[in-house]
Amino acid sequence: MDVSQYLEIFLDETDENLQNLNTQILTLEQEPENGECIQEIFRAAHTLKGMAGTMGFKRMQNLTHDMENVFSEVRDGNIKVNSDMIDTLFHVLDALENYTTVIRETGDEGTEDNATIIKKLNDILENKGAPAADGGDSAPQAGGEEASGDKEEEKQASSGESWKDIKLDESQREVIAASMKDGRKVVGLTVTIQSACVLKAARAFMAFKSIEDAGGEIAVSSPSSQDIEDEKFDFEFSLIVVGDVEFDELKKGIMEISEIESVTGGVMTADMLGTKEETSEAEAAPAAADGKLQTAQENKPAPAAAGAAKGGQAPAKSGDAKKGGKTVVNHTVRVDIEKLDVLMNLVSELIIAKNSLVSASNVEGEQNSAVNEQVEYLESVTTSLHESVMKVRMVPIESVVTRFPRMVRDLSKKLGKPMELYMTGEETELDRTVVDEIGDPLMHLLRNSADHGIESAEVRKERGKPETGSIYLDAYQDGNNVVIEVRDDGNGIDTEAVKNKAIERGVVTPEQAAVLSEKEAIALLFEPGFSTAKVVSDVSGRGVGLDVVKSKIEALSGEVEVKSRYGEGSTWIIRLPLTLAIIQALMVIVGEEKYAISLGSIVTIEDVQDSDIKLVQNKEVINLRGSVIPILRLRDILETPTPPKEGSNMVVIIVKKGDLQAGLVVDELIGQQEIVIKSLGKLTNRAKMISGATILGDGEVALILDTNALF
Amino acid sequence: MEDNVLNELTTSGDSVQYIVIRLGDEQYGIDIKYIDNILRVPGITRVPKVPSYITGVINLRGEVVPVMNLRLKMGLEDAEFTNTTRIIILRTEQQSMIGVIVDEVKEVVTLTSDQVDDVNHDVNEEVRFINGVGKCEGGLISLLNIQSVVGDSAA
Repeated sequence: MDVSQYLEIFLDETDENLQNLNTQILTLEQEPENGECIQEIFRAAHTLKGMAGTMGFKRMQNLTHDMENVFSEVRDGNIKVNSDMIDTLFHVLDALENYTTVIRETGDEGTEDNATIIKKLNDILENKGAPAADGGDSAPQAGGEEASGDKEEEKQASSGESWKDIKLDESQREVIAASMKDGRKVVGLTVTIQSACVLKAARAFMAFKSIEDAGGEIAVSSPSSQDIEDEKFDFEFSLIVVGDVEFDELKKGIMEISEIESVTGGVMTADMLGTKEETSEAEAAPAAADGKLQTAQENKPAPAAAGAAKGGQAPAKSGDAKKGGKTVVNHTVRVDIEKLDVLMNLVSELIIAKNSLVSASNVEGEQNSAVNEQVEYLESVTTSLHESVMKVRMVPIESVVTRFPRMVRDLSKKLGKPMELYMTGEETELDRTVVDEIGDPLMHLLRNSADHGIESAEVRKERGKPETGSIYLDAYQDGNNVVIEVRDDGNGIDTEAVKNKAIERGVVTPEQAAVLSEKEAIALLFEPGFSTAKVVSDVSGRGVGLDVVKSKIEALSGEVEVKSRYGEGSTWIIRLPLTLAIIQALMVIVGEEKYAISLGSIVTIEDVQDSDIKLVQNKEVINLRGSVIPILRLRDILETPTPPKEGSNMVVIIVKKGDLQAGLVVDELIGQQEIVIKSLGKLTNRAKMISGATILGDGEVALILDTNALF
Repeated sequence: MEDNVLNELTTSGDSVQYIVIRLGDEQYGIDIKYIDNILRVPGITRVPKVPSYITGVINLRGEVVPVMNLRLKMGLEDAEFTNTTRIIILRTEQQSMIGVIVDEVKEVVTLTSDQVDDVNHDVNEEVRFINGVGKCEGGLISLLNIQSVVGDSAA
């Protein structure tokens, strides 16, 4: 079979499953007895094995097969989870990730057998006296399949009556109660499909059909019929059937379908309806929490539940979260990012065309109110179109941050410092391109916190802090920005150490250092080649750190800010724009040229008299309502060729960068406009203060000023 | 460099089409495969802090495209734009577009490999932009090495 066309999907899904495994194993480490979690791991491992097998990646299949064996023993209670085992499991995941990388690059899995890891897995199996016979390197897949199949069956035999636990909402209960009143029979049943079945959804569909053919009407199904169609269920599903049917009749019909393991059930009585609610409710709460639990527990349940509900599934179905593999999965379409880029470009072009239309309709001598009306309407349509396309391009930062708990755990082991990562706001959305780029800087900041921030357990004890250090990653939306904070309760920044280091590195002179404020000292951290780690470790401290973080975030039109209290911890605040492609800007004129300044960075616009300008240390400043603000003449910075305008009045635009402010002198204001950002390309992008260009309504190109670069 | 010429010639079956342009009194040829478009000079937006031979950027069908003054790049004197001044939009192998300003676009010629002579590379600095010299009825045509004309400035 030619499977190459599925390779992309295989890689995507493998990544997803590996990520899922990472998260689940982390959870398992915290709660070794968490049954849901073990189930989930088993399922993910099983899926991985199946996919690798289908694609013909034998080595990958062998490795996952052995991992699955271990989980199957864990699930059956034959092996207890311990930290050695968790470590081995993480090695397995790393090895699998390597396979995926090799496959992505070469299309083949390579020749690494990972024999040592397989041996370790088998050791785990043997040590606990479990049947390790089928754990061998080259064990046929069918053997393992059968073994797990048997266990599946055993487990389900005990819980075969799960139709009794179906959660009913108000309307469903009413329907069933009404049917009962009418004297129609209500039958509950649970269908179990053989675990070796490949097309579970198809079998389920045939079961549904068989019931309908027999004259039954499916009133309730758990999981929902949609989930069943999408194969989002384990190997069993439960139904409540209303109609003139007998259970035995239904059972006979369903059992005729191949690959059906068993059908259990019976007639439902009125008193069974009433008791449903409490049991299912009680179970729904932990299920929802477990389903989405990513890292730590304390501050999680609330956002986790919100996240689960957010998926568009009614809360009534939260019981599904327990069964559904990937917690909440919506009706989604995988779209190539390139197609979205094309769409975004088209929207951009539409906005440019709209802008031309606006300027054309303004120029015409006679005002045609009908045209104006339509132009305004067009404007509102293009704006909402832009917003919708932007939303399509938005993805939760979850996809990048989910790997962090694992990373922090590894760091904690490596550095020998106990620490814990707490994350909130993983559902915060950002433009896809930003999300792709933000991973590395965040990882760097986290490593930084783990390495430099968190103190060793002894020091922490001395300082009266809990021995386990805490690192927080919080993301939230703030107006047109998304803010991501990396916070730790560690050492904080030792400004004296920073200054000494800066002097040592020749970044500043001792005299300069003496007068540096705390803020300015902290800013030194972002200088290229700066690293305060006394010992260079492989975690951080290669000296290529924070300046890279800073430039990367600035490349995304964002900014970084640090707040720190020595001895108490530090907070790194990253601010990113929601979208990169289209912004609201203020158009200004300098000389005869038009420039755009992002509205987001503008504080106020002031009319200033020449006489208001004072000189401080030979730099021009103005005193604006008590604060002294440096003045920058754009004409000089931009090397404008035309001579300056006469007159003593100046228009000064006050812009901000973090807490800093500066005034930009321009010749004239045009007004606010929605502009589409176009890249200048490397040929013309020599000047840091020009972040791009835009095309105006009349077809002219105007440059966009990056005011951040002027500070 | 010689290999380059030969390769270009052999790949297109021994004969290559060039667009002949004029810069001052000299004629240059640009391989037609690089050419995306030829335009009259539109409004050019100056960009600060770029090399002097970059005139600025223009709007080409909604894209922002940099424009280079070929006169300055080739070490000639700058000149006023005239009625014949054109911008030739080149599309290089990296798929990025760049416009070059030329004094005049004259004609299209087809040159076979025996009509092209190599150049002596020691003569002067500007010669590194030349792949060879073509001979035809209109006189001698210096064939531009587009990769080095455009690529160099991108570095």
